[in-house]
Amino acid sequence: MKQQLIKARNLHKYYAVKSGYLQPAQSLKALAGASFDLYEGKTLAVVGESGCGKSTLARLLTMIEEPTSGQLSIDNIDVAETTEKSIKKQLRQTVQMVFQDPFGSLNPRQKIGNIIQEPLIINTNFSANERHQQVLEMMELVGLRNEHFQRYPHMFSGGQRQRIAIARALILKPKVVILDEPVSALDVSIQAQVINLLIELQQELGLAYVFISHDLSVVRHISDQVMVMYLGKPVEQGPNKAVFNNPQHPYTQALLSATPQADVEGKRQRIKLTGELPSPIDPPSGCAFNPRCQYADKNCQLHEPVMELYGDSRVSCLAVAQQRIGQLKAS
Amino acid sequence: MNHSAVSSKSTLGQQWQEFWFYFSVSKTAVAGLVFLVLVVFVALFADVISPHEPAEQYRQFAKLPPAWKEGGQMQFFLGTDYAGRDMLSRIIHGSRLSLLAGSIVVILSLSIGVLLGLIAGYRGGWLEILIMRVMDTIMAVPGLLLALVLVAILGPGLLNAMVAIAITYTPYFVRLTRASTLSELNRDYVTASKMTGASSTRLMFVSILPNCMAPVIVQGTLSFSTAILDTAALGFLGMGAQAPTPEWGTLIAENRDLILNAPWTVTFPGIAILLAVLAINLVGDGLRDALDPKLKRS
Repeated sequence: MKQQLIKARNLHKYYAVKSGYLQPAQSLKALAGASFDLYEGKTLAVVGESGCGKSTLARLLTMIEEPTSGQLSIDNIDVAETTEKSIKKQLRQTVQMVFQDPFGSLNPRQKIGNIIQEPLIINTNFSANERHQQVLEMMELVGLRNEHFQRYPHMFSGGQRQRIAIARALILKPKVVILDEPVSALDVSIQAQVINLLIELQQELGLAYVFISHDLSVVRHISDQVMVMYLGKPVEQGPNKAVFNNPQHPYTQALLSATPQADVEGKRQRIKLTGELPSPIDPPSGCAFNPRCQYADKNCQLHEPVMELYGDSRVSCLAVAQQRIGQLKAS
Repeated sequence: MNHSAVSSKSTLGQQWQEFWFYFSVSKTAVAGLVFLVLVVFVALFADVISPHEPAEQYRQFAKLPPAWKEGGQMQFFLGTDYAGRDMLSRIIHGSRLSLLAGSIVVILSLSIGVLLGLIAGYRGGWLEILIMRVMDTIMAVPGLLLALVLVAILGPGLLNAMVAIAITYTPYFVRLTRASTLSELNRDYVTASKMTGASSTRLMFVSILPNCMAPVIVQGTLSFSTAILDTAALGFLGMGAQAPTPEWGTLIAENRDLILNAPWTVTFPGIAILLAVLAINLVGDGLRDALDPKLKRS
């Protein structure tokens, strides 16, 4: 049995939004109930369009922010209950993150070597020489050359910058790495290199990844488990194969049908979603997806669906529960 | 800001090269820099260059016109004042005081302003409101008037004048730094540092501050010239450097009764102020163009 690294139960994160001096503050439900487990050496992909709470989830997992409610355990330690600084520090070292934009995530005024060793300076008592050594080893591991140590971020291409960001995330030897759209800012040819690097590192170091993305073809390639989110809520989660080969939630089906494929012969029905993503301040009643769902009926506006197991995946949809949905052709 | 010239090349030499490339695009900025270097040189070697002691009174040569005018003498090239002191020597020595005043005012207001701005931008909340409202209050009063009031409280003198002027300049640095801090604060590299457990001090001074400096440096250069101007103004009003000190503003003040019958005694210090301020402004504009990534052509 692999070690459980992250256990999240019903995570919520609300932000207070002030609309005016006289009006009461409204709450923006950025994340409204996410539950999942992450095991050593596994990859959980979190998928969804902009504003669905993917990045909020990343901020909770990296402990930059605290959940409004729900339980989060990292490495079997409950985050909310830990007040001791040393344990928090240890947890922080357990979870590290790679950001989406490699142009914004590296301090333009710091040399690469200093960027990578900053976590060591803050969290460890290594001497300058030991740090230097570790940084060089890490740079080699991610495919950077020694002479890059003294250079500045702007002298690197996007792919190399992302390697630097990965090196920085790995220098503290974390067990979990949150990858917040790590390749979406890169050219497609570079994307493959970075993805392969990530897969190699995972095998070598036994890392667990939370891979946040909207690019389903990448997700299909790298993930073990997939969680599809809509407006702060997971709508479908399950093993890679189950979600991709047998998408059940209408939203998942729509997402998959929108993924470009190099298959000329295969006829696919393209599900077009109409309408805009509703505001997370004032989500639709019942199922949040109902205004855009082709299967929605009155029930969907009245009742909120709950996550239930259908086949291999857990789906939150009334239409699925009532078997009103035709299956999307497995592509 | 992250692609600005200073952040650019790996070694300091290359950084300078690129900076110089952009700076030298503007010929006027280079001209200003040349003149500024000349002024600094003159100020440093004032004792060697000036033909006379600045306070030496040649009573028999009082109110002598400049050398090229009728009755002028070569040994008093720019003429003498009412007490027979050599104007050229006094202006040369005055450059020391003006540059000193400029530097001290800029150093004081810049360091205090940057610190307050950084704290205001980073901490936010009531502290930010407090700092920013105090700064707004300072800005609401005309600078020279406020400096006059402060000097009146502190007592006249060059040092007090510099402190007073520094206080009136601080808000500009605070606002500038706060604005840059706010825009840098939400960048991913700050979040990344925060995530690894960096302390607030480290975030402020190691992560954010170096990325806020370009506009502050430009503002510093421009303040340098206005500081010289304001010190001269305070000196002219009798609130800055006191009488025998050869400060440019004081020079004009002590000779202003002679403006009709010995105009050179006020003209040349005035020209000195004009040229120094002009040169520094030109350099400041050149700096702004060189450091502003939006004006980059490559």
